[in-house]
Amino acid sequence: MRLLEIKDLQITFGGLDALSGLNFHIDKGEIVSVIGPNGAGKTTFFNAISGLVTPTDGDMFFEGESIVGLDPSTVTSLGIARTFQNVRLFPNMTILENVMVAQHCRTRQLLYGALFQTRAFKQEEREIRERAEEILGFFGHRLVGYRMDQPAFALSYANRRRLEIARAMATQPQLLLLDEPVAGMNPIETAELTALIGRLRSEWGFTIVMIEHDMKVVKDVSDRVVVLDHGVPIAQGSYDEVSNNPDVVEAYLGRPVEAR
Amino acid sequence: MSAAAALLPSSALHQDWRKVFRWGLICGGSLIALCLVGMPVELDRREIVERYLSLGYVSVLLVPICAGWVAATQIVLEGFESRKQGLYDLVTGLLVGVLGGGGLSLLMVALDSWNLRDPLVNWSPKLLRFLTYENGMGFGAGAWIITCGVLGLAGASLHVVPRVVRRVVAIVLMGLLALSVLESAVSDLSEGFRLEWLADLIYAKKGGLTLTSALVVGIVMAVVAALTDGRVKAVTNRYREMEGMERQKASIVLFAVVAVLCIVLPIFLGKIMNELLANVGIFLLLALGLNIVVGLAGLLDLGYVAFFAVGGYTTAVLTSPNSPWFAPELHFGVSLIFVVIFAAIVGLIIGAPVIRMRGDYLAIVTLGFGEIIRLLFMSDWLGPYFGGAQGITNVPGVDLGFATVKGTDPRSVFYLVLFFCVIAIYVSWRLQASRLGRAWMAIREDEQVAEAMGINTVSAKLMAFVVGAVLAAFSGAVLAAKVGSIFPTSFMILVSIIILVVVIVGGMGNIAGVLVGSVVLIGVLGGPKQPGLLQEFQNFKLLIYGILLVFMMLKRPEGLVPSARRSRELHQDEFLQDAWLKGDKLGIDDDEIETGHVEEESR
Repeated sequence: MRLLEIKDLQITFGGLDALSGLNFHIDKGEIVSVIGPNGAGKTTFFNAISGLVTPTDGDMFFEGESIVGLDPSTVTSLGIARTFQNVRLFPNMTILENVMVAQHCRTRQLLYGALFQTRAFKQEEREIRERAEEILGFFGHRLVGYRMDQPAFALSYANRRRLEIARAMATQPQLLLLDEPVAGMNPIETAELTALIGRLRSEWGFTIVMIEHDMKVVKDVSDRVVVLDHGVPIAQGSYDEVSNNPDVVEAYLGRPVEAR
Repeated sequence: MSAAAALLPSSALHQDWRKVFRWGLICGGSLIALCLVGMPVELDRREIVERYLSLGYVSVLLVPICAGWVAATQIVLEGFESRKQGLYDLVTGLLVGVLGGGGLSLLMVALDSWNLRDPLVNWSPKLLRFLTYENGMGFGAGAWIITCGVLGLAGASLHVVPRVVRRVVAIVLMGLLALSVLESAVSDLSEGFRLEWLADLIYAKKGGLTLTSALVVGIVMAVVAALTDGRVKAVTNRYREMEGMERQKASIVLFAVVAVLCIVLPIFLGKIMNELLANVGIFLLLALGLNIVVGLAGLLDLGYVAFFAVGGYTTAVLTSPNSPWFAPELHFGVSLIFVVIFAAIVGLIIGAPVIRMRGDYLAIVTLGFGEIIRLLFMSDWLGPYFGGAQGITNVPGVDLGFATVKGTDPRSVFYLVLFFCVIAIYVSWRLQASRLGRAWMAIREDEQVAEAMGINTVSAKLMAFVVGAVLAAFSGAVLAAKVGSIFPTSFMILVSIIILVVVIVGGMGNIAGVLVGSVVLIGVLGGPKQPGLLQEFQNFKLLIYGILLVFMMLKRPEGLVPSARRSRELHQDEFLQDAWLKGDKLGIDDDEIETGHVEEESR
């Protein structure tokens, strides 16, 4: 079953075609990596799906419904969550609060419940908290215990990335968009997070689209790889197919001298 | 020079001349500015110690003391171990004071030679008479240079003496000053407690302390200060270090004490003090509302007075028989329902177009809307409905069955406004720890990310606007019932600004901070039109507000009583350092340390 289907997506900034003629689909339960050299349009692709950028042309369907032109918050409530390439947490909120606030679109209580402390409100608050603790517990000892009440700015870089994934998980998505999840991590952390991405699918049932530069991670976790260059998809397929594709090699390394 | 060199060891003259000149110039400059603002001459009428010292002279004399103290305390070279306090610092203070006195002498010469009355209103022979003490230029100049030098020396010596002495001297000086300046409040209080004889004993008939009472009270204060030294700090420190349940318990006790004081104290207070409390309450209510909008949701609303006006006018129209167009003469309680409805509607109307803007743009547009509302009420177009510049008069008090709340009985007004403040505090407290409160926090941190995390920012921000609007409208309703009439001039832009200053100086995002802020600013200094405890400073109120705001922004941007979150935010480095000193690795994992992963900056 198609979870997300994108047809002829085009995004133009002034005279620059950030993306043109992109066709993409992902089935439920897949892990797909999007790779490509810097400036290929990978993050713009994510921004388009999550509603931060409105496409110039083309269609995007999530579970059969068009999501073109929707607010980012609506897209998230439909079930698409994302992380950011340059970690963007709420730095002055505590770690627990960061995860709690992300459950906003799955919860209901407004003024009335909070002011009169209704039973439904208390029940919901308890559920939000328990769920947040459960999600944080997924990352082992790193984000739980006394750390839950510390501000997010006090976290180490790797833990900030973990917390960002936790925050995305808290919106209870079907589709998780991870923008360079292991950027800036050392080899040990990278290996650990690679395993974690696999578990995100097997234990939590997320479908994952991931932008990544680390080819080892791409090779280890993805079912399929899409290569973008200058806003155009130049190859699709399994890691082995793509890595031997001459167009891909050219996009990354340039053309061999004798071919000129 | 050689005489001085013989008297003093060379180290005392080995000064940091840049620092001396800098603070000397600051001292002289502020003295001249103070004189030209007109403060000393105007305050000269007010006696502090009868026949010996007036408030005017105090305002001048405080400057060299402060300058001397600050100059002596300042360490210019950072990173080196500070030099031992000693003679060196005293000389610094002396020189700074002498330079300041020199500034005043120059002013005197200038006053004598030219007439600059045209741009400078206070450039008058009166000022010259004040400065020369009516004894001629030479005497004046000499006296000021010597006095300022001595006072600078005194200020500097505060830095040199042991801490206890400093504390005692500061408390005695400030206490005597406060006791004398707050004369009307103290006599009012003593009347309430049937202690008139005490007030008569302390104060002279014409105002000000008598010399003997000043001495006696000063000695009492000194003894108390010496005895309590270190204890107050210990108590506050213990409170700060409490955690969890214990802290909660202490907070509840503190809250109960404040609540009992709020209920019991007004019974013993006279009319003036109750009037003051009622004003504080009205502005506290406004500040609590603005605190939700600015402190929690981070929406810088400079047109907050608009909702204040809506509340006032709604009440006036619905309850007053003199309402020019539609006068149903409803009861205050019934009209409150409409106040809530109209405030919410106006909140939505103003909020909807501006909500998509961020930061500075939002501030400018709301500033405009605040003025628009006032001008609408004043306009000829709406004049037939809201009375234009004449406003609406004869707004009745609140009939509660057993009592009537009206302006002539400020005590009842205070209780009424206290009731609304309790509601406002409850609302802010509950919302802070709710789904909506967290959404506001997230929006304040990073609006785009908040939206990407599924928060409908438009509705969350509108909600903040509406809650703030309703609280402000309550305040407006109380104002209408208290004053008995409503005019457009009560809703100047200045009100918005003063409330914002209250929130900022008190401590943004913290209920206790807002409380302290409104007591200190509105209670002591006074509101835009309402006098505070320091009635003498009425004309210089805005000047003091400005100075205070600048000082706070430089020295304590998180406010007098900051919220834990905000002080953490403004002092991230210190927070990390403290945690590190406590031995907390702050999320750096063992394996990360082994592989040499270094903490990175978030931005």
